[in-house]
Amino acid sequence: MIDSANVTTLMKTLADPTRRTVYERIIRKGEATVGELVKGSQVSQPAISQHLRALRDAGLVSEERKGRQVFYRPQPAGLTPLVDWIGHYNEFWRERFDRIEKLLKEMDQ
Amino acid sequence: MSGSEATIQRAIIVERILPHPPEKIWHVLTTSKLISEWLMPNDFQPVVGHCFNFRTKPIGNWNGIVHCEVLECEPPRRLRYSWVGGSDDNAEYGSRLDSVVTWTLTPVEGGTRLYMEHDGFGPGNEFAYEAMSGGWARIAGKIGELAANLG
Repeated sequence: MIDSANVTTLMKTLADPTRRTVYERIIRKGEATVGELVKGSQVSQPAISQHLRALRDAGLVSEERKGRQVFYRPQPAGLTPLVDWIGHYNEFWRERFDRIEKLLKEMDQ
Repeated sequence: MSGSEATIQRAIIVERILPHPPEKIWHVLTTSKLISEWLMPNDFQPVVGHCFNFRTKPIGNWNGIVHCEVLECEPPRRLRYSWVGGSDDNAEYGSRLDSVVTWTLTPVEGGTRLYMEHDGFGPGNEFAYEAMSGGWARIAGKIGELAANLG
């Protein structure tokens, strides 16, 4: 479990459409450098770098320096808090449906 | 998290066919006393615009109160209310949630299809649904593929 990232951090991090696009491109490519991400984007390099920092801090991408290049790769485990959170609610509602069913049955008796 | 199931949904959907008429299920969904038996203590009233609370166990910085407003109420077909609660400081259950719960009842042979959608999970609640389903759903799909490839 990544200790720094919780659901709110992840939501906030991915709420920015530009950042989400950057994240999506890294996922699609498997790995990407800042230069590659700036290319074919309307966004400046400092802005891209800032988004990458936010994604890295949220545990959504990893950063690896090779010589003068920095490679960014997606970290699927970074989404675990979101997956778990939704899982909790999933279970919550299934259990509530069971209770509704039980209650309806009891009303017949 | 098992890798291949790492797909993120935006909404939780639960659907069940129940061997009861819609009117009876509607009664269970909209009567405060009954709601407290299957969901949580509440001051619900089946009136559009009515603001009410659900009360559950406090977690972390969240007092356990869910703030709701009845958005739609069409007996015995459709009920919709907002569901706002949680705290930024909590992880997972008890985390801040700004969402909407929709109940749809459809008569089917021998009973009713009860369909519940709890929408608002996933980043960027403030964006239009189209923007989300475009961006987020695509990311979710990619993440799923990626996780599957990782085994």
